[in-house]
Amino acid sequence: MSERVSIQIEDFNLAHEIDRLRQSDARVGAVCSFVGTVRDTRALTGQAQDEVQSMALEHYPGMTEKSIEAMIDAAHQRFDFFQARVIHRIGQLGPTDQIVMVAVTSAHRGESFKACEFLMDYLKTQAPFWKKEHTPQGAKWVDARITDDQALARWGMEPTNQTAS
Amino acid sequence: MDMMLVNLRYFASIREALGCGSEAWHTAARTVGDLRAELLGRGDAFQCLAADQAVRMALNQAMCQPSDALTPGCEVGFFPPVTGG
Repeated sequence: MSERVSIQIEDFNLAHEIDRLRQSDARVGAVCSFVGTVRDTRALTGQAQDEVQSMALEHYPGMTEKSIEAMIDAAHQRFDFFQARVIHRIGQLGPTDQIVMVAVTSAHRGESFKACEFLMDYLKTQAPFWKKEHTPQGAKWVDARITDDQALARWGMEPTNQTAS
Repeated sequence: MDMMLVNLRYFASIREALGCGSEAWHTAARTVGDLRAELLGRGDAFQCLAADQAVRMALNQAMCQPSDALTPGCEVGFFPPVTGG
């Protein structure tokens, strides 16, 4: 079993990570992955005030790793997959930079699709990361989205991030 | 009331508001929720922990409830809702 969770400043290479995840494992018939990247909202809206010049990512060292390890364990309880790999970057990132990667291997596609989405939904609302966007108007912390809590609720899990009192 | 030494960790907007990322603190509180209320008494900066603020709490690096009990030397983290991914 290779390393499951990495929190790092450095960029990652999805192809290398997938190669490592499924290396010589003939049981694997499906690999599902997700990569999250830094979005410059101006490129979506065309509005100058929406520009995201850069993003700073802070986390809670120790708790972050534990919470993601726990969420992989929880995913194994729910879905029939072989291995999962999660990489999340921290520090200063620019538009188009990669932020996060989740990759899952399984025998059939259904289980890795579901496990990958579950892991991302869980990570968005439970792993202690915080984003601060730098814009022409100054720096501001990104607000949690209620839609992320709703995404977790789809899995029958109680939302506790944005919606808790 | 016996005092207990606990380690406090602050993150993101709360860390910035307090100008501090971590500190040791002698508390009379016995639960995480009581500790949060106690910290409010330390001045204006700590109003970022007020009941009407969205504050999440972790005890020994796991998400927790206000009713969870403190233990000597435990680590309590205060932070806003998370926004990773």
